[in-house]
Order: sequence, then structure tokens, then C-alpha cells
Amino acid sequence: MDKTVSQKETIRKVIRYIRRYWLYVAASLLLAVVTVALTLYMPVLTGQAVDLAVGPGQADLPGIRQILERMVLIISITAAAQWLMNICNNKITYGVIRDIRREAFSYIQELPLKYIDSHAWGDIVSRVIADVDQFADGLLMGFTQLFSGVVTIVGTLLFMLSVNPQITLVVVVITPVSFLVASFIARRTYQMFRLQSQARGEQTALIDEMIGNQKVVQAYSHEQLSMEAFDQINEKLRRYSLQAIFFSSITNPATRFVNSLVYTGVALTGALSALHGGISVGQLTSFLSYANQYTKPFNEISGVVTELQNALACAARIFQLIEEEAQVPDSPDARVLADADGRAELSHVWFSYTPEQKLIQDFNLKVKPGQRIAIVGPTGCGKSTVINLLMRFYDPDQGEIRVSGTDIRHITRSSLRTSYGMVLQETWLRSGTIRDNIRMGRPEASDEEIIAAAKATKAHSFIRRLPEGYDTVITEDGGSLSQGQKQLLCITRVMLCRPPMLILDEATSSIDTRTEIQVQNAFARLMEGRTSFIVAHRLSTIQEADVILVMRDGNIVEQGSHEELLAQNGFYAQLYNSQFAG
Amino acid sequence: MKNLLKYLRHYRKEAVLAPLFKMLEASFELFVPLVVASIIDTGIAGNRLDYVLSMCLVMILLGVIGLVCSITAQYFAAKAAVGFAAELKHALFAHIQSLSFSELDTVGMSTLITRMTSDVNQVQSGVNMFLRLFLRSPFVVAGAVVMAFTVNVRAAVIFAVAVPVLSVTVFGIMLASIPLYRKVQERLDSVLALTRENLTGVRVIRAFHKEKEEQEDFRERNQTLTRVQLFAGKISALMNPLTYIIINAALVLLLWQGAGQVGQGVITQGQLVALVNYMSQILVELIKLANLIITLTKAAACGKRIGGVFQIRSSMTDAKPGEERRQERPMSEAAAEQKLSEREERPDQIRFEHVGLTYQGAGAEALSDLDFSIKKGQTVGIIGGTGSGKSSLVHLIPRFYDATAGRVLIDGVDVKDYSLEQLRHKIGIVMQRAVLFHGTIRENLLWGNPEATDEELNRALEVSQSLEFVSEKEGGLDFMIAQGGQNLSGGQRQRLSIARALVRNPEILILDDSSSALDFATDARLRMAIREMGGERTVVIVSQRPSSIRHADQIIVMDDGRAVGKGTHEELLKSCQVYREIYETQYQNEKGGEANG
Repeated sequence: MDKTVSQKETIRKVIRYIRRYWLYVAASLLLAVVTVALTLYMPVLTGQAVDLAVGPGQADLPGIRQILERMVLIISITAAAQWLMNICNNKITYGVIRDIRREAFSYIQELPLKYIDSHAWGDIVSRVIADVDQFADGLLMGFTQLFSGVVTIVGTLLFMLSVNPQITLVVVVITPVSFLVASFIARRTYQMFRLQSQARGEQTALIDEMIGNQKVVQAYSHEQLSMEAFDQINEKLRRYSLQAIFFSSITNPATRFVNSLVYTGVALTGALSALHGGISVGQLTSFLSYANQYTKPFNEISGVVTELQNALACAARIFQLIEEEAQVPDSPDARVLADADGRAELSHVWFSYTPEQKLIQDFNLKVKPGQRIAIVGPTGCGKSTVINLLMRFYDPDQGEIRVSGTDIRHITRSSLRTSYGMVLQETWLRSGTIRDNIRMGRPEASDEEIIAAAKATKAHSFIRRLPEGYDTVITEDGGSLSQGQKQLLCITRVMLCRPPMLILDEATSSIDTRTEIQVQNAFARLMEGRTSFIVAHRLSTIQEADVILVMRDGNIVEQGSHEELLAQNGFYAQLYNSQFAG
Repeated sequence: MKNLLKYLRHYRKEAVLAPLFKMLEASFELFVPLVVASIIDTGIAGNRLDYVLSMCLVMILLGVIGLVCSITAQYFAAKAAVGFAAELKHALFAHIQSLSFSELDTVGMSTLITRMTSDVNQVQSGVNMFLRLFLRSPFVVAGAVVMAFTVNVRAAVIFAVAVPVLSVTVFGIMLASIPLYRKVQERLDSVLALTRENLTGVRVIRAFHKEKEEQEDFRERNQTLTRVQLFAGKISALMNPLTYIIINAALVLLLWQGAGQVGQGVITQGQLVALVNYMSQILVELIKLANLIITLTKAAACGKRIGGVFQIRSSMTDAKPGEERRQERPMSEAAAEQKLSEREERPDQIRFEHVGLTYQGAGAEALSDLDFSIKKGQTVGIIGGTGSGKSSLVHLIPRFYDATAGRVLIDGVDVKDYSLEQLRHKIGIVMQRAVLFHGTIRENLLWGNPEATDEELNRALEVSQSLEFVSEKEGGLDFMIAQGGQNLSGGQRQRLSIARALVRNPEILILDDSSSALDFATDARLRMAIREMGGERTVVIVSQRPSSIRHADQIIVMDDGRAVGKGTHEELLKSCQVYREIYETQYQNEKGGEANG
């Protein structure tokens, strides 16, 4: 990947976001021009005042007074303009990062699961949070300083030209050195900032893993070893950071040195022409302060440039996320599946996560409305793969899946997915109240309906005993609730939706038998007339199923009813018999 | 923030040298206006070209020295700041690892993660800026004032008034913005939490088609963040204009004063120019100082939050290794041996003495008055309803939590008298949620025992019923597990975490409902294999399925935090109502199914 091209590309994308704030950008520009012009006018006035005070008895105090009055006016206007400009810049910066974050987040909703499953959460989170933050810092600095810097340079040149072209020439000749130095350093630091950014991402991922699963770390007394792993990355990051920060901070002194050269040049040529009476001492004073003002923006700009390098490196990482290939969008003619009748058909479906490892091969299944499909097989045989396909979390490589007679690729994802009620093996609750968690699938549900659903799953009794009942706020991963309680909440969530089809993934495995019987009864009521796919462990569920899919190593090896399969005396019969042996 | 500065200790040299070199650079800068004044007064007024030239050389020389000093200073500052951040992160990581489960439960993981990442970054850049500027800027300001006094006392009084006024303004704005930046960080935390939640729950969110709502929620939180940021920005935006007004007002006064004095012949024109130059040097430095203060404000807010993490103390005191009560152990061992010979019974390995547990912040007891003992080599089943306290019970054995009443003894010694490492080394616990780490299967298994040979690993895989799927993975033991074990199924994760515990070859093996994702057949084979592993291993199995524990030597039936039954399967069927219910519901269920079939 060509670095300069990708960097330009990144800048182009950033500009696309900034463009929405063009009004503020225009105002900011205008105010910058005003501020700079007035700031530049100050040395002229100062010079004039100095010229009016040449020596003993040669001070024109009334003249000076007039000049000073004008200065006061200019100072007030400048301060006001500066303040407004700052406000505009804030608006632009925080607006842009808000937009970027929002877009990044909406994008997460569209990322294919394949990407999310295969990338560390910590890394994605670090892009959305830390990288955007760094980018904001860079952008704000860019706006506050780059703008006024450029305007100052141009303005100063004009002012200086109007006073004395020769001295101006000296200034113009020396300053490009400053540019060269700055760009030389900037090019080197970009690379280092990228390395730093990468190492930081790695570290965030490690932190996420080790701190997030701290309990397991402690259970295995693994603190020492995880500390070592952390230190290793920490040291790597330290090295890269040192390089990145040091090289970027060289820019400032280096350009400042060029400044002092400019300053000396001005002093020299200025003094020479003053000797020949070319300019007055007052004009020399204004020139000297111009030389200062003229080169200062170069300082700042080069400082800003390194900051921007860093910001761009961060932006590039954010855009990388945003530009990750999205899941295939719903096809334009996709229809809304309004009343799924519970028919489902898989024909000649082939699927694998990675090309090397073949999983489902030429799988066929016809499901009539209201049928129960039990998926059984030894642990890890790929039962959840079937769910990934039915819910269209992943698309099959070949073949098609039809629901109510329509290929699911011609149905909107949202209507397909809401036609299923899903309870996964791993419970997921969000931070919020119990009530909010239950009505996740149906926000408009009334309290009565929520309670009715909770009663049906027997969750009501434990919810009632919580300190705030249905208004109890639970944390990210369910916090103080037991695994079984969390599962009950997830089941209640589906119970409330009453979808036409159900997907149950080992859902009841963590609930004790007593509770489970009640839940199963509730499910039995729910399943009446509804097509259900059940990743099953319970004998009763399996035996009551209309069709049993027996999976092994990712393949469906047998298919049929309990009796048929037993009669076949194959893999299922073997499984079934071992169950009673245990 | 102050407490955090101790992490600079290994960089003391750098932390001192950086500001010193900066100051050196600044002092050379302070001479420049005087050089210019002499060019005007001596060179131009006296018409001496050679003087002008030599003074220009002096200026270049000052520039070169400044450059060298400055680069040196930047290097030391960067080294100190980056080293500081690395040590801080190290300490923070170590501290978090020292917290007990109670504290981890209350603080929450995402908070800890932000502290370690973006907060530390902010503090790092604060330290960097601080080292570069904290001496330099005040030094230049003070230096300029002093220089002004040497030039002319009356004019310098203006400096003496302007500088304090400026300082008050700058500090006032700073004080006003500190709490605002803390608020910004809080909002950022909430945005982070939502992002994380959406990644971990992506399947559920999509299944319920909540993408829109999530975006709406995010939009709201993000908007609040932006609002707070804008407000904080508004306050900081006052800094530049206010300082500009003050310094230029001083300049106007200075010109008025100075011009009068030039007229009276007290000072020369060149000296007036020098005074004006000093004033603008002060302005430049104060703007830098203002920026420094903004950065420091942010850094201080972050530092405070980091300090907050350090203040969380582990509620668990760890006995030093080797400090375990020597007398008690041999005594109890001796006593046990005596028992053994007298009654031909095996010694108690685990003993609960009237144990109660109340979680931090919870009102009611999670466990109350548990009193039982488990003999060495026994297999014990623990069964009970959801929330009956099964997990809480087994979490007391490796001392994840401290019992709030009574005591837990392992081999006759209170668990609090072991060092945590010693204690946990005896125990292999497999938790409900199977967690694996990014790395190869081998690396994950070695968590159990870093010295285990491949042979031992394979043996553990075999017992945990995972040898088959592991050997089918690309690279076998070297198969790379993705973060969170995302490229393995739930059952595979569970079996690998069981294998990890077995690699430890623990005296006590605890399976906390850890075969829930396994089918009956695999589960049965697993239990069989563990039984056949040999060795005098005490096994504690928490399960929902009576069939998993019916052959246990002892079964403890939990209900609402109490042990309502103890005994063998047969005994409990006769004596324990709760157990009978549990057993019968499942038994009927299975039998009923069979009858149908």
C-alpha cells in the first residue's frame, strides 16, 4: 500500500466529513482573517509610536496618545473575533468526531458477523473510542492553528512588502528551510505514529482479554504470566511511543532555530538599511516583531503537522473499520416477510467458515409448519452453524434456504430475523432495567404483558424478589444474576414476542431441572403451531421432535424421526444408547 | 495525580534534565532583546557596521545553543513521559490483578479498561508537556520581568502588575474547566460501554432487529458527549482572547509610559524597543502556559480517575507464602492420621464450619450456616435450583470470596492461612462460563501447569473428551484460538477449559456446571474418564442434572442458600423432599419420553 496515496485518501475522506460544517468553516476562516489582519496591524502601530519617541525632548505625546487609542479599539475587536473563532472550531471538531463515531457505530451494525467473530473486540472498541479521540485532538489543533497560521504568513508577507521589499526578500529566502526541515521530520514520524497506533491496539486487546476475564486469570494464579505478556507489549509500545514522540518533538526546536536565523537576517539587513537611512528604528521594530510572527506559524504549523500525522494515522484506522466490506445489503426487491407460515426449506446447501475446512455439504431439509426439528450430535459438531444459516448471520456458499417459499436472500433481514425467536447458549443482557431487557423485542409491550410473559417462564418470582423488581438495573454482563436467572430473562424476552418460528440453542441447559420443567412446559405452549429448531440435549425434546438432524463433524449424517433413526441403528442409535449408559 | 508521580522515579534523571535544558534554552532566548537593543542604540545610532555584524553572530550562536539544549530536553522529556506511562500501566495492571472478585464485581470491567487505555494516554501527554514547559514558561515570564526591571523600574512596574492579573485569569479558567473535563470522560465511558455491549451481543441485537434502536441510543449518548465537550470547549475558548486583552493593554500602557520617559531622556529608544520585545515574549510564553494548563487539566482529571482505581483495596488479605500456620497443620494432620488408624477413615480434605456468605452490598445472605466435610478422594455432587447458592459455595473453596461467617478449611487449615497461590494451586476449577484466551491450544492448557509436557497435555485432552476435535484442528495443539475463543464452539470451549484444569493435576477438582454445553453421552464419558484418572482426587461437581451426580459418594442438596440434604443418592431419595422432586421430574421426563418412543 502506497503510504502517501493512502494518506491523501484519508485527508480526502476527512474533508468529506468537514464539508457538512461549511458555514462554520467559512465563519472560522473569516474570523481568522480578521484576527490575523488586526494582530498584524499592532506592530505597525507600535512602530509608529516608537518613531514618535526618538530621544530626550523629542517625544510627540499627543500623537502617541492618538495611536494608542486606536490600539485599544483594535485589541477589543481582535479578542472578540478570536473567541468566536474558537467557538466555531470547537463546533466543527466535535461535530465531525460525533459524526464519525456515529457512522462507525452504525457501521458495526452492518458488519458481517464473520468480521466481528474474527476480530478482537478490544481492537474495534479502541478504534471507535481512543482513535477518534486522538483524531479530535489533532483536528482541533489543526483548525485552531493551521488556519490562522497560514493566514498569518500571507498577511505578514503583505505587510512586510508594503514596508520594505528588500528585508522581506531576506525573510522569504530563509523560511523555506523551515518547510524542508518540517516535512522531512513529518514523513519519518508518520510511520512511527502508525507503529505506535498498532502497538496500542494490540495492548488494548490484551487488556480487554486479561482484565475482562480477570476471574479466570486469578483462578489459575496466572497473574504473573499475564503480567509478563502485558509487560512485553508494554515495552514494545514504550519503544514505539518514545520514537514517535521524540521525533515529532524535534520539529519544534528545529524550526525555531530557523526562526532565529530569520530574525538575525532581519536584524542584520534592517540595521544595514537603517544605517543608510532606508528605514526608521520604529519600522525596524515592527519588522523584528513581524519576523517573529511570520516564523511562529511555521513553528506551529510544523507542530500541527506532526499532530495531524498522528491524527491521520488514527483516522486511517477508523476508516479502515468503516470501509470494511459490509454484509451484502438486502436486495432491492427484498420483500417483508409479514406472516411467516412456518415453512422452511433448505436445498443443496453448502457451507464452510474457511475454505480449508468443509462443513455442511449438500444439505437438504423440508420443514412443514409447526414441525419441531431437533438438531443433535456430539459437542462441537457444528450445530450452531445451522442457526447461523437460518438467521442469515452467514450466507451459504451454495444452495438456497427458503422460508414460506421465498429464498431468504429475497427477504429483508429484519423481517426474517423477527420471524424467529432465538435463545442462544450464551446469554446476553444489556445494561438497563430488567423490564427494558424483557421488552427488547417488543418495546411497546405493556407492563401486564411483560409480567404475563415473566409468569409464563417462571421468571416472575425471582424478579419480584429483586430489590427494585422489574426496575432493577443490571450491568453489562448480567452482574449479580445467576446464569440460570439470566437464561430465564432471555427466554422471557422471546416469550413476549411470540414469533412464528423458534430457534433454541441449548437454551435450557443451565437451568436446574425443577425450573426447567416449568420452562419446558411454557415452551411447549409457545411451540404449539410454531416451527421450532432446537439444538437439543434433552431426551424428551429429541423424542418429541418431528425430524431429528444428527450432526457429526459439521455434516448432517442422519435425518429422520426417533423411531426411524433407532431402526437404522446408526450414529444416532449409538448416541442414544450411550446416553442411558451414563 | 500527585500519587501517580512516583512512577517517574526510574526516570528521575530525565525528569530533572528535561526542564533544566529547557530553562537553559530559555535563558539564552532572554538575551536576544538586549542584543537587539544594543544594535539599535550602539550599532545604528553610532553608525558602526562591525558592531552590527558581531552582534548578529552572537544571535546565531545563541540560536545554535538553544537548538542543542532544546533537542536534548525533548528527548529526556519524551523518555520520561513514555517510561512513566509504561510503569503506570504496569502498576495499574498489577493492581487490578490483585483485586479480589468482590471488587471486580463492583467496579466493572469496561471502566477498568478505559482507565488503562485512554486515561493513561492523557496522563502521558500531560507529563510530557509538563516536563517541557513547567519550568520554562514561568522562567521566561519571570526572566522577562527581571530583565525589564534592569532596563527601567517605572516601566517594569507595568510588568509586575500585568503578570499576576494574567496568572489569576489563567488559573481561574483552569479551575472552572477541570470538572467539565471529568464530565467529558464520564460521557466517553458510557459511549465505550455501549460500543462494547454491541459487539458482544451482536447476535441478539440482530436477531431482535434492534440495530435502529441501538443506533438511536448511541446517537443520544454521543450527542450528550458532544454537548458536554462543546460546553467545556466554550470555557477554554476564553483563555486566548482574555490573555490577549490583558497583555496588549499592558503594551499600550508600556508605550505611553516609555514614550514619556524617552522624551524625558530617562531611557533610550533601543531600550523602549527591548521592553516591547520582552512584553511580547511574555505573551508567547503565557499562551504556551495556557495550553499546557489545558493539557494538564485533562491529565489531572484522568490521573484522578486512575488514582481512584489504585485506591480500591482488595478486601482480601493474602497470607505470605510459607507463613501458613505451621503448628496447626501438622497437628491436624497428625490428628487425621490418628483418626485414620482408629476408624480407618480418610482425612477431611474440605471442611465447611458453619459458613455464611453475604456479598458486598447485598442485603441478604447468599449462603447460610453450611456445615459439612468432604473426605479426600471423594466425589461430591452439589445440586439445587437456580440461585440456590451452588456456585457461591464452590467459589469459597479457592477463596474467590471470603466467608462472612464461619470458616472454610482445606486439609485442616483455614483457607485464609494459605497464600492464594498455594491454595489455588491445589485446586482446579472449571467455571460456568468457559473462557479461553487468544493463543494456541497448548498455551491455553499450560495455564494449568506451565511445566506440563505434551504427553500430559494430550492425556488431559483425552480425559476431557477433546483429543478428537483438537487433533482435527489445523496444527493440533498449535491451533490458534481467537480472542474470546470465538473460533470454537461452546462445547469445545468447555471441554478445553476442563482440560486446562486437569493439566494442573489438582488435589481438588471443581466442575461448576461446566459440562452444560455437552451432550449426555460426552458428559458421561467425561465423568467416567475423570473417575478412571486415578490418584486420590477430590472431585466436586455442581450440576443441574441428577444423572451427572447420582453416583457421587456424597450429594449436597442446596435450596435458597442452605444445605437441605446431605447423603448418597439412595439416602436422599428417602430422606430429602427437594432432592426427590428434582430427581423425579427429570426421571419422569426421560422415562416419559422413552415410553412415547
